[in-house]
This record gives sequence, C-alpha cells and structure tokens, in this order.
Amino acid sequence: MTRGAQAKTENVAGDGLLSALAAIYPAERILTRPAELAAYECDALTSFRASPRAVVLAQSAEEVVETVRACHRLGVPFVARGSGTSLSGGSLPIAEGIVIALNRLNRILELDPEQRTAVVEPGAINSQVTAAAAPHNLFYAPDPSSQSICSIGGNVAFNAGGAHCLKHGMTSSSVLGAKVVLPDGELVELGGESIEPVGPDWLGLFVGSEGMFGVALEITLRLMPSADATRTVLSAYESLEAAGEAAAAVVAAGLLPVAMEIMDKLAIEAAEGSVKPGYPEGIEALLIVELEGDHETVDREFEQLLEVLEGAGATELREPEDDDQRALYWEGRKSAFSAVGWLSPDYIVQDGVVPRTRLGEALAEIGRLSEENGIRVANVFHAGDGNLHPLILFKGSEEGALQRAEELAGEILRMCIRLGGSVTGEHGIAMEKRAFLPEMFDEEDIEAMRRLWRAVDPGQIANRGKMFLPEEEPERAEAADPDGAPSSPAVAGTAGPPTDGGSERRGDGERTER
Amino acid sequence: MSASLRADAIEEAQAALRGHERVLARGGGTKPALSSPPEGTVTLDVSGLTGIEDYDPEELTFTARAGTPLGEIEDALAENGQYLPFDPPLVAAGATLGGAVAAGTSGPLRYRGGGVRDFILGVRFLDGEGRIVRAGGRVVKNAAGFDLSKLMVGSAGRLGVMVELSFKVFPQPQAWATLTVDCAGLDEALALIGALATAPFDLEALDLEPPGRLWLRLAGLADAMPERLERLEGILERSGERLEGEQEGAVWSEVRDFAWVVQDAAIVKVALVPKRVRELEAKLEPLAVERRYGAGANIAWLAWPGERAAQELDDLLRSLGLAGVFLTGSPARPMVGVHAGGAFAQRVKSALDPSGRFPEV
Repeated sequence: MTRGAQAKTENVAGDGLLSALAAIYPAERILTRPAELAAYECDALTSFRASPRAVVLAQSAEEVVETVRACHRLGVPFVARGSGTSLSGGSLPIAEGIVIALNRLNRILELDPEQRTAVVEPGAINSQVTAAAAPHNLFYAPDPSSQSICSIGGNVAFNAGGAHCLKHGMTSSSVLGAKVVLPDGELVELGGESIEPVGPDWLGLFVGSEGMFGVALEITLRLMPSADATRTVLSAYESLEAAGEAAAAVVAAGLLPVAMEIMDKLAIEAAEGSVKPGYPEGIEALLIVELEGDHETVDREFEQLLEVLEGAGATELREPEDDDQRALYWEGRKSAFSAVGWLSPDYIVQDGVVPRTRLGEALAEIGRLSEENGIRVANVFHAGDGNLHPLILFKGSEEGALQRAEELAGEILRMCIRLGGSVTGEHGIAMEKRAFLPEMFDEEDIEAMRRLWRAVDPGQIANRGKMFLPEEEPERAEAADPDGAPSSPAVAGTAGPPTDGGSERRGDGERTER
Repeated sequence: MSASLRADAIEEAQAALRGHERVLARGGGTKPALSSPPEGTVTLDVSGLTGIEDYDPEELTFTARAGTPLGEIEDALAENGQYLPFDPPLVAAGATLGGAVAAGTSGPLRYRGGGVRDFILGVRFLDGEGRIVRAGGRVVKNAAGFDLSKLMVGSAGRLGVMVELSFKVFPQPQAWATLTVDCAGLDEALALIGALATAPFDLEALDLEPPGRLWLRLAGLADAMPERLERLEGILERSGERLEGEQEGAVWSEVRDFAWVVQDAAIVKVALVPKRVRELEAKLEPLAVERRYGAGANIAWLAWPGERAAQELDDLLRSLGLAGVFLTGSPARPMVGVHAGGAFAQRVKSALDPSGRFPEV
C-alpha cells in the first residue's frame, strides 16, 4: 500500500512541491540534501526512520500556514516537528511528505503575571517558559524529563506529563488556548485565556491529538504560582515492592504530594554512573517524595510524611541540604532514561499505567517476567500516578535480543491493560504503540476516533500513519507474528554513552529511503 | 412541552436515539437552559442511568453512571474523607454527574483544584447514531487515543449522550477557613487579585463580590490555619473578617448553589480573565444585573433578569468578545457571545453527530 499511495502522491505532486515551498521559503531554509535530512529522519524513538522529501525551517506562523495550505493543495503529507524528543515516534517523517520544523518559532510572545498566562510559539522550550515566569514567582507545571530541550508544541501534541503532574495534572491542564492551522489550512481558535472555559472543550480534544488535527501556531499557557515551601525526602527500601507499598501508604494517609517517584537498584546505579546525584548507597529501591505548599502546612505535613515512610519500613530517610542538592536529586531521576545507557548498549523505554493500588502487583510481575526471560529491566516510575517506565536492557548485536526485549515490553503493556490501566501514560501512541491501541479499545471506539480524524483532516495529510495502524493492511500486525501478537513496541535510547549501534531497526511500517 | 422519553438502561437510550430524529438528553434538570429541547426535539431523560459502579477509596478514583446524582457521589466520597475538588454547583437541587460534565460547571474551589476538565478520566457515551464510544480510562494518567472525555465537558448534550464517567478525586482537607476583606472599590479589589496571583500562598477559592468585597478560602491542617490567616492578612496589607466552622461551609454552599440569584433571574456563566472585569462591569452596572466573580475573576456568574432578553446579553458579550452560557432560564440558544472552535467545532460535530440528531452547539 505504501508504495502505491506514494506513487500516486508523486504523480499528483510532481515537482510542484519544491516550487511551492520555494515560493514560501528562501533556499537556505528548504533542506533536501540527504546529509541535511539525516538529522530529521527519526526522533527519540530511533528504531523508526524515514527520510522526508524536504524539511522546511519555518520562522513565522504565516510560513507554517502557507506550507500547510500548499501541502493540502498538492496532497502532500506533513509532520510538524518541535525538538524531536518524542519517545513514541510522534515526529517520524513521512517518506513521501515533508517536515515542518518549528524550532525557530520559539518566542515567548507575552507573559502576564496577573492573569498567570504566557503566550508562546510552538517551538518554545518547556523549561524556558518557567525561566521566563520565575521572576514573577510563577512556573509552568508540566515537567517531562526532556524539559530542558522539548518544545511546548510537542508537549501539546502529545499531552506530555512529568514527575509533578501528580498534583498539577498533565499538559492539558496547563493549556488554556491555541491558534491552530487545520490540515487544510483553515485557521481556528480553540479555548481562550480563562482557566474556566465555556462551551465544548474543543481545545481539550486538540491536546494529545498527536499532530493529526493540525499545527498549533500560538499557545496560551496557564502558569502556576511557585509554592511558598518545598520539602523533599529520599526514602530507601529493601525491595521495590516495599517502596511501592510506602507510596500507597502516603496516598492512604491523605497526603497529596506534588511528586512521588520510585527508582530501582539498576536505575539508581545508572544515575550514580552519570549524574552522580548522591543517593543512599547499597539500597534496593528509592522513593522520592516532594511536598509543596504554604510553609505552615508543609512543615507539619512533612513530619507526618516521615512517620508514614518510616512506618512503611524505610531503611534511610534523607532530606536535601539546599535547593542545589534538591535539583541534583531530581536531575538524577530525570536523567534515568539516558543514564541507563551506562548499563547496557541498548534498551527500550516503556511507558504504561496501572491503577496505583496495584503497583506492587505490577512490579512483582515485571520482576517475574524479567527473571523468566533472563532480560534485565530497570524501573523508574511515577509511583503516585501508577505510571511505570520499565527500561528493558539488551545487547542489539546479539541475535534475536531485540525481538526478545520487544516481546517482554509487549507483555508488560498487556499486563497494564489486564490490571485496568493504559498502554501509555505520557509518551503517546504514535508509531510505537499503534498495534496496542486495539488491545486497549474496542474496534467501535477506534472507529469513532478514525471518523473524527477523517472529519478534521479529510485529506489525511497531518502526521498520517501515527496512532492508527494503516487501514488497508490490517493483517500486517498478525503477519509479523504467527501467534497473532501485534508487532512490538520499538527501541529508544541511544542517547548517553556510545553504543555498539546494534539496536537499530527499520520500522516495518515505514520504508527507509536514504 | 415536547415529548419525553426515559432510558433506564444504555440499550433503551440507544433505541431512543435511533428512533427519533431530534433528541436532547436531560439529567437532573437543574440547568434547564441546556436541557430544554428546542422545537421538534424529544427529551431523553437519563436520570435513571444511576449508580456508582466502581469506587476504590485507596485509588482515589471512581466510575459512575452518568445519571447518578452528585449528592450520592459526594456522600460516598465523604465517608472516605474524599471530595470532588471541582466543587460542582446545584448538588442539593439534584444535579447529576453527567449534567455537571455536560454543563461544564465547576464551583468556587476550582480556583486552585481545577475544573471538571482537570478531574475527568474517561467516558462512555452514545454518539448521534446511538453507537457506544469509550475514551480515556479509569487510571489517573493516560495518553492513549483522542481525549474525548474532555470534549464532553461543556458539550451540553450537543455531541453525545454520556452514559458512564470516570473521575479522580482528592483527599478532603482537615479544616477550612475564610477571610473576607472589603476594598475601596473595584480597582483596589482587582489589584489585590493581581497581587494574590503571584503570591506564595495557597488559596482554594478567590471570589469577588463587586464592587469591592473579596472572599478568600483556605484549606489544610487546622493547626496551621491561624498562622496562615495572619500571613495572608500581611500579604493583603489589611485585616479582614474571619469565618470558620459550619457558618463558613454554609456561606460557600450558598455561593456554589446560587442562593444569591433571585427567583426569576437566569444563571449565566461567562468566561473571562481579571483584566476584562472592568469592561464587563461598565456594561452591567447600569443594567442592575446581580453578579459575582469566581476563580480569581476567571468566571463571571450573572443573574440575568427575567425581563431582559437573552439576545441583549448575547449582543453585550459579543461587543466585548466574551463567551457565556445560560444554565437556567429559557433562551432560544444557551450559548451566547463569541465562541471559539470554528471549523474544528463543525467537523468534530459532523463526525459525532452526522445526522444532526442533537441540537446545534
């Protein structure tokens, strides 16, 4: 199908595409040479690669609109790309299409402390919003681990999460409005400035639509006031399950931390090998809990928290001495994905959710699967949310190792569904989990989503191929595995230390054209 | 009065939809401007679709049928020391969970806790063809598929008939306290709202009763309350009147349930931001419309006088570029003012309701 559709597109588009782009951009902002395109051929999910026909470097919203209109006119698919940090292949190019690079559209257009709002361009970097808001005692709440490089536009497209969404919610809760160009070039405004909208929440539907409903050109963000006081504690446990139970005990005590994270021995080892956060030594599991609020409240609640953690069997409790040390503790946690590269040449970053009361059960099951398959799994997760991030370690140069790791990842996702959770808490479906969406939802539910997609983008040119398996070839998933298991989630994580490069795999849904 | 059908089971609701050309769902009927059917439209009473299906207090989430009265849900939560932080209005009057979602109504506590959209986790609804659609889930974090649960918030029965909803909840604070302060006028009150926006102080609710009275609500540990009230007065650079205990709770219940709205006036919600309050005040003052601002002046609640046409408010809001919705009264169309969405809204509507069975948005 891919080839047929591609040939058809070529016929329609011909060389019209490049001349249409040349009418919008100066030559130096249209990339077509293979060496230039190479940097765009994948995102943080490196196992899927495709080389687009061109990459355009947009510098204004008008250019983006003109580009989308040209694509619509010529029937050429496009992928809007921010910083390319998607872990689910969200900004994987479409071989017969173009990439609209938005990273130069990175201005913070307006910051209004009294309304607690910021208006930004889609390429604005997440942590720069907080940096701009900080002098006003405000911050931007969603804090994905990639916050120092990821773009707000990408956060909006994938409804990014982070360690602190336990209390503050996901990106969706921090986005108030957006100016959007629909896939056919029509401009719409969604939401507004108020934290309490009126009428159907069109914006809520747009956030997390994985680039398939168009491109956000301007985004109005909700800022939060920085807390009066923050108290953080590292709590050590003799087992991962004990740490999980301690997290559950914190929730049961009626405490509402802003963040509650767990790292296992392997993840701690990885962090100490790279960022060196100085976590307690020789422990099996680490629970990080952070409280925020008025100091009069937080200081009292912190005492209660320490009691709960101790009562749950903590072998050591450690509070950072100052803000710098607190930041280092968080850096250790947030760098865990890339730090695992110190332990293994290749690894799969997984993202799944279980009900938080079943965390212990889920961890035991992951441990069992790990042992049974002889594959090491490092665990880093948002315990307060039940959001697991197992890191499945393997050596890509070994025959069949990737496939075994992927099968294990698939088993973990199925466990999440079985326990009543989700196949993704914050990374999205995109390429990686297309085959798992039908395991989580009924065919009718997916058909309703497809109807929405077709209605918003009749030409199916905006980031097509993501979220849904191609309709024309439903057998593909089964064909890949005689047991009927869907093709597995793929590999990420060649960041960090050098690898032997053995893990790269061509996505079987996408032809690599270099 | 148009014909009315009643569905006590999902299959009955499906059959009702498939058997009629124009249908509008109704829950508790506490927001009649949204649930009164236009000419030629049949009412589908879903208040029989009740029951909490799943509630695990340790999980801090629940799933209930859409017609479940909020009072029943609040009681079940309170037994376990939990509550709905979005603070839905009209609970005592019989509002349902689905009705709160469809109307998109949150109460004073949404200032800090968030609104309906921030707590909804998942939905099962019937589209315009009577097909069951499930979206979201029952866990607190989920990024799988399009977020149709959020789309249902504020959809007023125009995009689907909700049958089941999942929500997250929070543990109830140990104690509440309220401070009221009187400012010299609107400008001073707005200046204080602006100062509080960036102050390192946790406020659960911040309401403005124009021209100059501010209502500030605190929650948390009882022991910490006196110190915090004192610090708050320091931030405000003035002392105020303190309320605690039952009286405090009663004051906010009255606010939340619109006890201040006179009998024949219609309740209207208008979305805005603090910097727009002056313009709206300038228009409303001469009309003698009772009003109150919630969520740090992010919502204006109006008591639109019964003798004034809805059209007049529509024109007024349009002139300011603001959006509003009638909850009560009998306007020709509940949505007034300038609404966002444009072509995106039309396309989404056409996908979910291709036959135009539900009223226009």
